[in-house]
Amino acid sequence: MLAKRVIPCLDVHDGKVTRGVQFGVAEQGGLRNVGDPVELALRYNEQGADEMVFFDITATAHGRGTMVDVIERAADQCFMPLTVGGGIKSVDDMYTMLRAGADKTSINSSALAHPDLIRQGAEKFGSQCIVVSIDAKRVAPDKWEVFSHGGRKSTGLDAVEWAKRAVSLGAGEIVLNSIDADGTKAGFDLVITRRISESVGVPVVASGGAGSLEHMAEVLLEGKADAVLAASIFHFGTYTVGDVKQFLAKQNIAVRL
Amino acid sequence: MIALLDYGSGNLRSAQRALLKVGADVRVAQRPEEIGDAHGMVLPGVGAFDDCLNAMRKQDLLGAAQDFIKTGKPFLGICVGYQALFEKSEEFNSCAAGLGLFGGKVVRFSERNGLKIPQIGWNQIRITKSDCPIYRGIADGSYVYFVHSFFPKPTDAGIIATQTEYGDTFASSVWRENVFATQFHPEKSQKVGLQLLKNFVELCR
Repeated sequence: MLAKRVIPCLDVHDGKVTRGVQFGVAEQGGLRNVGDPVELALRYNEQGADEMVFFDITATAHGRGTMVDVIERAADQCFMPLTVGGGIKSVDDMYTMLRAGADKTSINSSALAHPDLIRQGAEKFGSQCIVVSIDAKRVAPDKWEVFSHGGRKSTGLDAVEWAKRAVSLGAGEIVLNSIDADGTKAGFDLVITRRISESVGVPVVASGGAGSLEHMAEVLLEGKADAVLAASIFHFGTYTVGDVKQFLAKQNIAVRL
Repeated sequence: MIALLDYGSGNLRSAQRALLKVGADVRVAQRPEEIGDAHGMVLPGVGAFDDCLNAMRKQDLLGAAQDFIKTGKPFLGICVGYQALFEKSEEFNSCAAGLGLFGGKVVRFSERNGLKIPQIGWNQIRITKSDCPIYRGIADGSYVYFVHSFFPKPTDAGIIATQTEYGDTFASSVWRENVFATQFHPEKSQKVGLQLLKNFVELCR
């Protein structure tokens, strides 16, 4: 049986893993430095992480160069799938990251600005390489809107519709990040996760809000997510990847132990 | 020395890194003459069936792979490098002929019961050939990493080395004589994958 995946996410700023509390805080200097990305990747590799996501939160030219180095070093030592996101604006950027050792590239604002980038990437590298990451915010009791630029700009797009469009253009996976839940540790947004998961034929990775082991189980069961992505709870040592998987296994969720 | 065929496949570097990690001496070969006296060959792959075969043909690697397999030396195909060993693919608009080493064609998962395609992630292998040397030291039911929408259906069930469930039960790897091939990515399957590659590298000595 296909296992549900547990994915630590590393936000990389200037070659260091950092963690802000909520959307937009990075720019205000509200970042906590939590370590070297390759060291953390190795630690999670040992803990049994199923994948690793590296996210370039500076997304400057200098930051990208640093990221290529991070990915190359991580890929030399971690024999598992690696995803890179942040600042990827073209097929060439995708190629640079894949060549460095990434297996997938994740696009967000650039896909919103140029949806055709999804198709171009999928045609060139295959859908399995193209992850579309969506930052969604609840704007009405039953409506979620897509935000771009790290959750700062409203796009007016409906989150479910955008997810469906991204998949029709060739996205092989959707990462759904709830702006409301991100950094709160109060649990994932189960409703929108489930809605998107049931609307698209590709895997959906739930992100934003993981604070407890129960939250992880909830979003996989009720939220119908295929994978969970989390940062803080792993970086600050609240739980190891192994703790999460052991707990999920006890809830009869298929995981790779 | 192991020849790793380079026809532009996305996972070339990952395969190279993993082979180096398990102690192999790797030579990346873009042309038949670079294969030389290799003791083993690895055909990596990610992406589309036609792209793989067309690129191999352009670099004269198709015939070179066929000739190498005839020598009886160990050969390992990965993902599309596995599918390429069959006759043809049902992949959209596919018209390329596979190597035809094995009978059967490459088909897509059927989209019933909300099955998500591609299959992305870790799934289990049921080892049906326990004497298969690349599975030495690997437990039945181990998890390995898959990324694919298509899989081959061998006409000769006797070559199936492992099976995996994803909607259908499919042949997740095959073995016949010196030819081994996996739908999953050993180079991305952590300890289990490295063990498999180590076993393969040992066969090449």
